[in-house]
Amino acid sequence: MGETFISVLIVSSIGAGLAALLVISEMFIANYGACRISINDERDLTVQGGTSLLSVLTAEKIFIPSACGGRGTCGLCKLKVLEGAGAILPTEEPYLDKREREQNVRLSCQVKVKNNLRINIPKELLSIREYVTRCVKIEDLTYDIKMFRLQLVKPATMEYTPGQYVQLLTPVYDRSPVEVYRAYSIASDPADKGIIELIIRLVPNGICTTYCFNHLKEGDEVKINGPYGEFRLSDTGAPIVFIAGGSGMAPIKCILHHMENTGSKREAVYYFGANVVKEMFYLDLMRRFESELQAFRFVSVVAKPAEGETWDGETGLVTQAVQRGVKNGAICEAYLCGSPGMIDASIKVLQDLGVTNDRIFYDKFA
Amino acid sequence: MNVGNEIGQAVVVCVSAIFTQNILLAYFLGLCPFIGVSREIKAAFGLGLAVIFVLTCTTLLNWLAYHYVLLPLGLHYFRYILFIIIIAAFVQFVEMAVERYSPFLYQQLGVFLPLITVNCAILGAALFMVIREYTFIVTIGYGLGSGIGWFLAILAMAGIRQKLAHDRIPRGLQGPGITLILAGLMALAFIGFAGVLQGR
Repeated sequence: MGETFISVLIVSSIGAGLAALLVISEMFIANYGACRISINDERDLTVQGGTSLLSVLTAEKIFIPSACGGRGTCGLCKLKVLEGAGAILPTEEPYLDKREREQNVRLSCQVKVKNNLRINIPKELLSIREYVTRCVKIEDLTYDIKMFRLQLVKPATMEYTPGQYVQLLTPVYDRSPVEVYRAYSIASDPADKGIIELIIRLVPNGICTTYCFNHLKEGDEVKINGPYGEFRLSDTGAPIVFIAGGSGMAPIKCILHHMENTGSKREAVYYFGANVVKEMFYLDLMRRFESELQAFRFVSVVAKPAEGETWDGETGLVTQAVQRGVKNGAICEAYLCGSPGMIDASIKVLQDLGVTNDRIFYDKFA
Repeated sequence: MNVGNEIGQAVVVCVSAIFTQNILLAYFLGLCPFIGVSREIKAAFGLGLAVIFVLTCTTLLNWLAYHYVLLPLGLHYFRYILFIIIIAAFVQFVEMAVERYSPFLYQQLGVFLPLITVNCAILGAALFMVIREYTFIVTIGYGLGSGIGWFLAILAMAGIRQKLAHDRIPRGLQGPGITLILAGLMALAFIGFAGVLQGR
């Protein structure tokens, strides 16, 4: 017993001695003092030097994507370091191509903060963070689509570009033993930065949608993170064709709110398709956009009204309506949102109408 | 045994650790950085040199710790823990010092040091040195030889991979897949060295 104790003590004290030696030498050798990091020439951070840029930024709650945890094997944590990083290290070389090297792109996990740095972080990354929200309203839009209004609690506002999406955290519940994230486009009016509205269609056996439809109640806390995504309106002024059905309306609705807020005079047509009349929603809102926006038209198409339904709008597939309606394919831009099948079919039709691929933007809801 | 004999034995052990008993290709130790950092000759060269340095130094440090601390106290069963601690502390210390005082050396070798703290070849060499009851001088040869062996193996692999970079490798085999197959072929070739010695 005594022998075991002594032997453990001896080995532990050797370890402690070596650790102490390291700590002391770190105080003298690896002390680089306070360093200033200037981000995008807008914001200055003063940090203790000696650790990697990635870990310094993470500690400052600036999240740079990284899959390997800073071991220099995934190549995801690329950033532009304009000044102060020294030469490119051999550990970085395999991950940087010629163009990136010219632009001073570095792997932030390999760059050590030893002196003042000037770095560039893409705006999108700066604003990605986790938001605690409260679900303040759940509204039935159709039999299988609901609108969830989330009031941001902490932080209280989110800066995003209309068309972007957030990820919603589904907590552990009886259908799912782990936390999962699912992406939903922001549908709300971007003028109200404290509110995020999501339009969600119930996916049979879907983990997140089942949670939202059956478990989430008004007043519950919901965690989201974001904003993400490149889907957004261009600033070319070209005539717009929106095509989106079902919950794909979400980013289009957000963009339309934005156009209304900014008094956009841009020509735009929104083709909204559904199978039967009872799948239609937000028609009144779309009529409002039609009267408020100078050059906006809303075209709703029902494939085949069910028996007993009355429908006075267009009938047929949404792609057929696009074929009939779009006359200026050579100059317009198309924005599509919805299921992969719908998007692929629409792209074909648009190409036939003369819309080139560089003017077709889409967000596939897979 | 006199010193002359020991030096002779150290040379033999060194040569055999490079070729016939290559720590990477005969024992498959240190595979992780071998696969991860063998895409370019330049990086492989730096990592290889760092391994030679760390392997030689830590094997010697561990020899001293084993014979002058653990054995007298009858604590040889603690060698795994102690060896790991010594390796980690040594690598940390060297990295810190090199980074501060020699930016050039850090640029060439230093960045690889954290990668090899947990390289099992380093611990493996220290444990083999105990099992095979090497003396201090022989251990110098063994540590150096193991390091050089590892260095040659990763350098050869990087050369092959750089040549393969523009070849059309079936998608399922790209990256680690083809690298492991190459490592197996290289190991077979190195077994050939053992055959040469035994067939003498």
